[in-house]
Amino acid sequence: MTVVSEPKGASPPRRRSFYDKDVQAIVWQAVFLCVVVAIGWFLYRNTMQNLAARNIKTGFDFLGSEAGFEIGETLIAYSPAANYTRALAVGFLNTLQVAIIGIVLATLLGIAVGIGSLSKNWLVAKLTAGYIHFLRNIPVLLQIVLWYTILISERFLPGPRQAEAFLGIFATQRGVYFPVPQAHAGWTAALVGFLLAAVALTLMSRWNAQRREDTGTARSLFLPGVALLMGVPFLAWALNGAPTAIDWPTLRGFNLSGGARITPEFAAVLFGLTVYTSAFIGEIVRSGIMAVPKGQTEAARALGLKPSVILRKVILPQAMRVIVPPLTSQYLNLTKNSSLSVAVGYPDLVNVANTTINQTGQAIEGVTIIMIVYLVTSLATSAFMNWYNERIALVER
Amino acid sequence: MLKRSLIAVATATLALGICTTANAGSRLDAVKARGQLVCGVNTGLAGFALADSTGKWTGIDVDLCRAIAASMFGDAEKVRYVPLNTQQRFTALQTGEVDILSRNTTWTLTRDTQQGLNFAATLYYDGQGFMVAKKLGVKSAKELDGAAVCVQPGTTTELNLADYFRANNMKFKPVVIENLQEVNAAFFAGRCDVLTTDASGLAAILTKDAPNKGADHVILPELISKEPLGPAVAQGDEQWIDIVRWTIFALLEAEEYGISSTNVEQLAKDTTNPNIARILGKTPGMGKAIGLPEDWVVRAVKAVGNYGQMWDRHIKPLGLPRGLNNLWNKGGLMYAPPIR
Repeated sequence: MTVVSEPKGASPPRRRSFYDKDVQAIVWQAVFLCVVVAIGWFLYRNTMQNLAARNIKTGFDFLGSEAGFEIGETLIAYSPAANYTRALAVGFLNTLQVAIIGIVLATLLGIAVGIGSLSKNWLVAKLTAGYIHFLRNIPVLLQIVLWYTILISERFLPGPRQAEAFLGIFATQRGVYFPVPQAHAGWTAALVGFLLAAVALTLMSRWNAQRREDTGTARSLFLPGVALLMGVPFLAWALNGAPTAIDWPTLRGFNLSGGARITPEFAAVLFGLTVYTSAFIGEIVRSGIMAVPKGQTEAARALGLKPSVILRKVILPQAMRVIVPPLTSQYLNLTKNSSLSVAVGYPDLVNVANTTINQTGQAIEGVTIIMIVYLVTSLATSAFMNWYNERIALVER
Repeated sequence: MLKRSLIAVATATLALGICTTANAGSRLDAVKARGQLVCGVNTGLAGFALADSTGKWTGIDVDLCRAIAASMFGDAEKVRYVPLNTQQRFTALQTGEVDILSRNTTWTLTRDTQQGLNFAATLYYDGQGFMVAKKLGVKSAKELDGAAVCVQPGTTTELNLADYFRANNMKFKPVVIENLQEVNAAFFAGRCDVLTTDASGLAAILTKDAPNKGADHVILPELISKEPLGPAVAQGDEQWIDIVRWTIFALLEAEEYGISSTNVEQLAKDTTNPNIARILGKTPGMGKAIGLPEDWVVRAVKAVGNYGQMWDRHIKPLGLPRGLNNLWNKGGLMYAPPIR
């Protein structure tokens, strides 16, 4: 609704008639809202009546009852005795896991590919262009299934009983097993120390930047940074008992146990999503860089900056303004595409919810949960990216 | 005044009567009007429902639909098959997309009550088993601690599996894949140590899908559950479930009385046994009672044979013993109530 401001003191206030533009706007919006609510109410009532007529159970009380099925990979403690809420939470965390790691990897790979496709080196430019055109035109479902077929095939990887360790790492058709430090307070302390050091380093670099603004001189933060990031965790580790025990994967019964494991299901989904999305991100990065006027590069070169500095300090910051909005869409796509996990049995939210729907027979409730969770996740992602976009937007003076 | 209220009551009663009749006969009428039975079947399981290269479906689940179509229309071909996976099957039935779900589905309490389904009868008594590679050297399911297990989602199998390992204090890692062909492929590629589903399904997979004609794999002796498989229909239509239920009973009765696809027409003409005469409609009454033509059993048996013939045609080639699925008087559980 826009209110057209009239010239001041032009006419005395008049009574609003029904034909007034503002009144009509409000009336029509009210009518439209009523229609939408009425349709929604009708659909809801109709569904409920039909479900009752067919004697199908409704409501969300199934969430509290025992799930009874096992889930292959879980980030939180789970057993078949847990309830459906917990099972769905396990699925949601698995979705987040593959989506977040996928977004990070796809971004790095996409930036590399995008910059590569603008390279003056003929081979690099053609290879990256080929990568983009080949991968973004093959459906991502096929790519995921292809990765899975490769990763579980005995032709490429040995079974768990035949596998030989390399540096304690086993690569088998059941996944990659690698040694990890045994859980101990020392390692937790080291992790906390690392995070604190990272925060301290961020603050220092801000202070340093401010100093450069004020005085024109700045210290290199490289050596103190390395010292902080390595030293603090090491001290925390040493002061908390200096644990050295390692959890090595070993063959026990049918399978390797111990250590940590990347399953072929997770790897297939991650590779498929990363590679597919990176092709799109590559194109977005290329278009962003090309949108920066040539004069910027020339001016920077005239100032005597090195090509790597020109890319990092002049071109990319300006290109980001073009890149971020379409990049957000790619992040949302990647997150939603992770629901294709169903095809290879990675237990993501949709996979667990499908099983839940089938065991309880409550399809409408299950689908509603899936929709709400994806909606909230996507809105949160785009809220974050919009915030970031505003931060890097051109400040016009 | 009195007259008017009388008329009102009469009209209401009549309306109610019409409503209930229309409701009760609705599915049968709908199928008759359509001239075709819509039958939800498995996406491909040898012995139960499998389409060949020309799109022709075979199996005992398929034969049940053929028998119903034959008794309704006199033509067993008047069936449209809708292949359904484990995730789609109940929704398809609840929404009325299929008239009958004849898809090796286990009869359980929750499915029969709060999921809006009604199971008509048991067509096949099954139990859940395990298949492993011979080279593992496993002899019993009790040795499967720590195994990776391939299983289809949304099945009773998935729940029994978790129950069995919990009860025996063992651990396992499930690999849950929706598509039957995909889950079999993952197992034969070596992703899992164990493949689990109903024993009949394992036998079918071993015969049809396993590499090396099944020589490298073995089905373990334990059955860890009861899986009564049977057709289901949507709740709230008594006549329709009666038709499905009594078609199965008729096929069993036919076997019990020695009525087969070869002798059924002759028996229908000149039997002297009063039981057979009633079943085959020589003594009329049964057809009318169920809402089908009097020769409904003749048509059904002519199309698919009796239950024993169905078994010999579809299940015997998988190498499965008749076992529990024998007639009650031959040591099995198959016992049909009398048709009279």
